[in-house]
This record gives sequence, C-alpha cells and structure tokens, in this order.
Amino acid sequence: MSEAILTATGVSKHFGGLTAVDNVDFAVHPGEVVALLGDNGAGKSTLIKCISGVYRPESGTVIFNGADITHQPPADIRSRGIETIYQDLALAENLDVGANVFLGKEVTRRLFGLLPVTDDSYMRQEASGVLDELDIHIPSLTQKLVNLSGGQRQAVAIARAMYWNAQLVIMDEPTAALGVPEQRKVLALIRSLREGNIPVILISHTMHDVMAVADRMVIMRRGRVVANILRSDATEEIIVRHIVGSAENGENAVMI
Amino acid sequence: MALGTTSDKAKRQPLVNARFVEFLTQSWSYLFLLGLVVFFSLTGTGFFSVRNFSSILTTSTLIMLMSIGQTYVVITAGIDLSIGWTVGLSSVTTARVMRDLAAGGADVEYAMLAGVFAGLLVALVPGLVNGLLVARVKVPPFIATLGMFGIVRGAAFLLTDGQQVVRGLSAELREALRGIGNGSLLYHIPDHGLVWFRQPPDLEPTQIRQVSQLLPYPVLITALVVVVFAFILARSKFGRHTYVIGGSEEAARRSGINVDRHLIIIYVICGFTAGIAGVLHLFRFTAGAPQAGEAALLSSVAAVVIGGTNLFGGEGDIMGAVVGSLIIAVLQTGLVILNIDSIWQFIVVGVVIIIAVLVNQLQTALERLQSNV
Repeated sequence: MSEAILTATGVSKHFGGLTAVDNVDFAVHPGEVVALLGDNGAGKSTLIKCISGVYRPESGTVIFNGADITHQPPADIRSRGIETIYQDLALAENLDVGANVFLGKEVTRRLFGLLPVTDDSYMRQEASGVLDELDIHIPSLTQKLVNLSGGQRQAVAIARAMYWNAQLVIMDEPTAALGVPEQRKVLALIRSLREGNIPVILISHTMHDVMAVADRMVIMRRGRVVANILRSDATEEIIVRHIVGSAENGENAVMI
Repeated sequence: MALGTTSDKAKRQPLVNARFVEFLTQSWSYLFLLGLVVFFSLTGTGFFSVRNFSSILTTSTLIMLMSIGQTYVVITAGIDLSIGWTVGLSSVTTARVMRDLAAGGADVEYAMLAGVFAGLLVALVPGLVNGLLVARVKVPPFIATLGMFGIVRGAAFLLTDGQQVVRGLSAELREALRGIGNGSLLYHIPDHGLVWFRQPPDLEPTQIRQVSQLLPYPVLITALVVVVFAFILARSKFGRHTYVIGGSEEAARRSGINVDRHLIIIYVICGFTAGIAGVLHLFRFTAGAPQAGEAALLSSVAAVVIGGTNLFGGEGDIMGAVVGSLIIAVLQTGLVILNIDSIWQFIVVGVVIIIAVLVNQLQTALERLQSNV
C-alpha cells in the first residue's frame, strides 16, 4: 500500500477523569475509504476532532502530508485540505448552491469598475461545474437550499469540500438523516471521492453503509483501537463482535 | 447516479396555482400598498395630489430610516428595541450642540454642521454597546436592546434637563433648520411653474397653500440612505455575510466569517440610521425632542415585518422595509383624510402586521410542499 497521507500516532485525549481516546494509532492512505466504527462513547468523534483541530490531544502526533498538524487551529488544518462534514452540514439554507459552495470565500467583481459586488453568476457557474464532476444533478441552481432534499444538501456540502481542494474528507454520520434512495446517492458520492483519489474517513453506525463503501474498518472501543480489518476479511458478524467487545474476551458476549 | 430525482417527481404533480400563490406571497405588500393608494384616492378628497403624496413621503422618512437599520438586525435574527430613543438622543444632542455653538458666536452653518456630526456620532454609541453585548457577551438581542432602551431614554432626557424639548434655539437657527427640514429641491407653484431650491418669498397666502414640494430634502436624504444600504445588503460581500449569519450562525463561523465583528457593525448601522432619523426630525420640527422616535419604534419593526423580512432571520430586504414604511404612512394620512379617528390607524397596522406574518408562514409552508421533503 502507498504511503499514508495521514498518520496519527499515540494520540490521547482526556476529559477530567475520563479517557476518551487512549494512545491511538490511526492512518489513512490515498484513495481509501476508512470506516471508523464503535459504540457510543467509544471515542470516534473525539479522535476525529483531534485530527480536525477542534480538540488538542494531550499526547501523540498527527502528521498530514508530511507536516505536523497536531496543535494547529481548525482553520489552518482546513486550509491544508482536511475537510470535515458534520451531521448538521454547516450550510446556509436560506441561500443558493453557489453562495454555499463559496460560503465565507465569496468572489467579487467590480460594478462599473468601482463598487465590489458578489459575483453570483460566476459562483453559480463554478458550483455547477463541481456538481457535474460529482455527477450530482440539482434542478435549479438558484433554489435556496431549504427547498432541496437532505441528500442534495449533503451533496452540496461535499461539493464545497471538493471545490476547495479537499485532500481528506471526514464525514460524520452522513446518511443518518436520509431516506434509503438518498443514502445510496451519498454512498455513490463517497465512491466518486475515492475514484478521485481523495481518502474518506467515514463515521457511521449503519453497517450496511460501511459494508457497501469502506475499504477498511477501524473499530474503537473504550477509547482504544481494537481492530483494523480489511473489507475482504470483514463480515458483519466479526465487526459487531469487535464493537461490543466479545471478540477480545468472553465477557459481554452477545448473541447476534 | 444523479441526485434530484425525488424533487423531479414532486414537480410532475404541481400544486394548483402554485405559481400564483408564490407570486402573491412574494409581492403582496407591493399590491397592498397599491390597493391602499387606489382606495384612498377614490374615497378621500385631496388624497390623490402631488402635494399629498409628497407629504406622505416626508411623513414616512422617520419610520423608513429606522427600518433600514432594523432590517439588517432582523435578518441576523436579532431585534433592536432601543432605536426609538436613539432617534431622540440624536435629535437632542444635535439641537444642544447647534444651540451652544450658535450662542457662543459661531456661524449658523458651522453650528449646524457640527451639530449634525455630533448627532450622528452619538447615535453610534448605543449601537456599539448593543453590538458588543449581543456578539461578545451573548446577551439575547431583545434583552440587550431593552436595557439600552431605558439607558438611552434616560440619557436623552438628561440632556434636556427633563424637558420635552431643548430650549433656547435662536430664531435664526430655526429658520436655517426649516430651510432644509421643510424645504425642497424642486417646487411647483401655480403661475410660477417649476422653481428650484427655494420657495419665492413674495407669494400670496393663497399661492402658498397650493405650493407642491416635488423633491423634499428629507425625502431625498432618505432615498440616498435607502439606496446605499439596499445596495450594501443586496450586492456586497458584507450583505451576503449578513444573510449567512441569519441562515446559520454556526455555518458562518465555520466558514471563517468573523461573526462577532459583523454583528457589532450591524448594530452600529442600526444606531446610525436612527441617528439620521433623529437629525432629520430636528430639521423638520426645529425642536430637539427626546421622545422624537418613541412611537416610531414599533412602527419601524412593523414596517420590516410587513415588508417580508423574517423575524427568525435569514430573509428580507430593504425594499420590503421601504414598502412597509409607505403602507404605514399611507394609512396614517389616508385615515385622517377620510376623517376617521387616527386611533384606528393602530388597529389597522396591527392587523396588517399579523397578515404579513401569516403570509410569510404560508410562503414557507408552500416551499416545503414544493420541495416535498
């Protein structure tokens, strides 16, 4: 396998007496979809936030593209190409697709060569280009997002990450709020990211999604990585056993 | 696989007259204004005249100026309850500075200029404090500006020593104020035709009653403020960020917009347009009055809401507030001309506000139906 684009080594994060992430090693390689699995409180979200810079780990290092990003602020980490798409998507639903792809980075032109105004047609056109690349069809680009479906909004969030040259996309429960057809479309988007050689870290509770798109599954339990399984070796049963802990020892054994 | 098939399906079974309903919800306030003008023109003698229209426009300037800044605040899902008294504070400050400078022997022009400058400047202070409280201390806008309501009210009355007006403006100063506050760039006078800048001093009393102000200065000044702030809101990056914050403050923050600074500037803008309203009020009535904008506060909020700006933020524009202000001014004038007790104006405006909110909700419901999520 090619060299890892992201390497987290010995990362730990505590909240008071609670060890949320305990000496975790975690790596992502170009063009792979890594599913991060585990029960609630296993430490998945905390680990992700240590990578995206929302939390500062107490120990360990995070290397991205050869640079140490361990204690950098979230905005700097984003500008290096790690895009996190949260469940709430962080979109302005009262605005159209172009405005959302360019949120906070609006392009302006000079009206009468003098007054700077937002260049909406340019932004719409660029947004349309990246949506085409991802094979996403949105009926009208002038529509406000509030009029789009959940899957379309997810697509806009992904398109925004793509447009700003994301080199690693982290997705937190991307299909949780969607209906079945929309879930399929989001999974198709994840595959097209992989085809573009952009790795994806996917946090999901939906076993079906994981089995459908992940190349590798990293399973966390009580703050530790307890299993690292290639898709070819994985069955739902093995994964669930690791998640609930019955794979390492006899206790907590649960019949599935 | 392409996204968007679900909404394609929804489009195949269109709602009856969906387009018509959409048109109505988006432009009802314009149609309502037009309807009011037609109604009063047909029923009220003297309503349909250049003279009366110019008077309605002049009347509307106070509410309109306040509603411009208020629109910015409401789009960010806030509200500014203090600007009614900011108008008064600005009016009183302007009057005092002019009076004292003129009494000290300064030229009237210089005293007026300095007074206007002071009046506009002082109006920024409550705005700045409101902005700091809302953005940095996270005090809910309603509470922060309600506190400021009391503080500014007190400050304005302190400046008049508890009086209803600033006393001691010289006759010369009043005359100069009136020249702008009640003046017009262009007059139409029977037998004289069009006259620029000044009303000829040698008119007969009967002629004076027939003078029409075609371009009153307060209206021109307000129009300029409308154009500038409408342009900023609709076209600039600053305006776009205002809508982003109103749509999702979290999205705005994560996209790197400096939300705190932006909110502070918006409350300062709101104080500023109230300050302009206060200065103009002084020019029109030649008396610095603490309570100059007291009654206009709720009308300005009403104008914003009637104009389609969503109180939950994210939607609205300055033209809506302009139309809302005109609706209120037309109602005020029209009811007086019909000889209906002006108290009815409150009831009618109240009903119109509720209709406005209902129409806004209808629009939201409609959008949801169309997208079929």
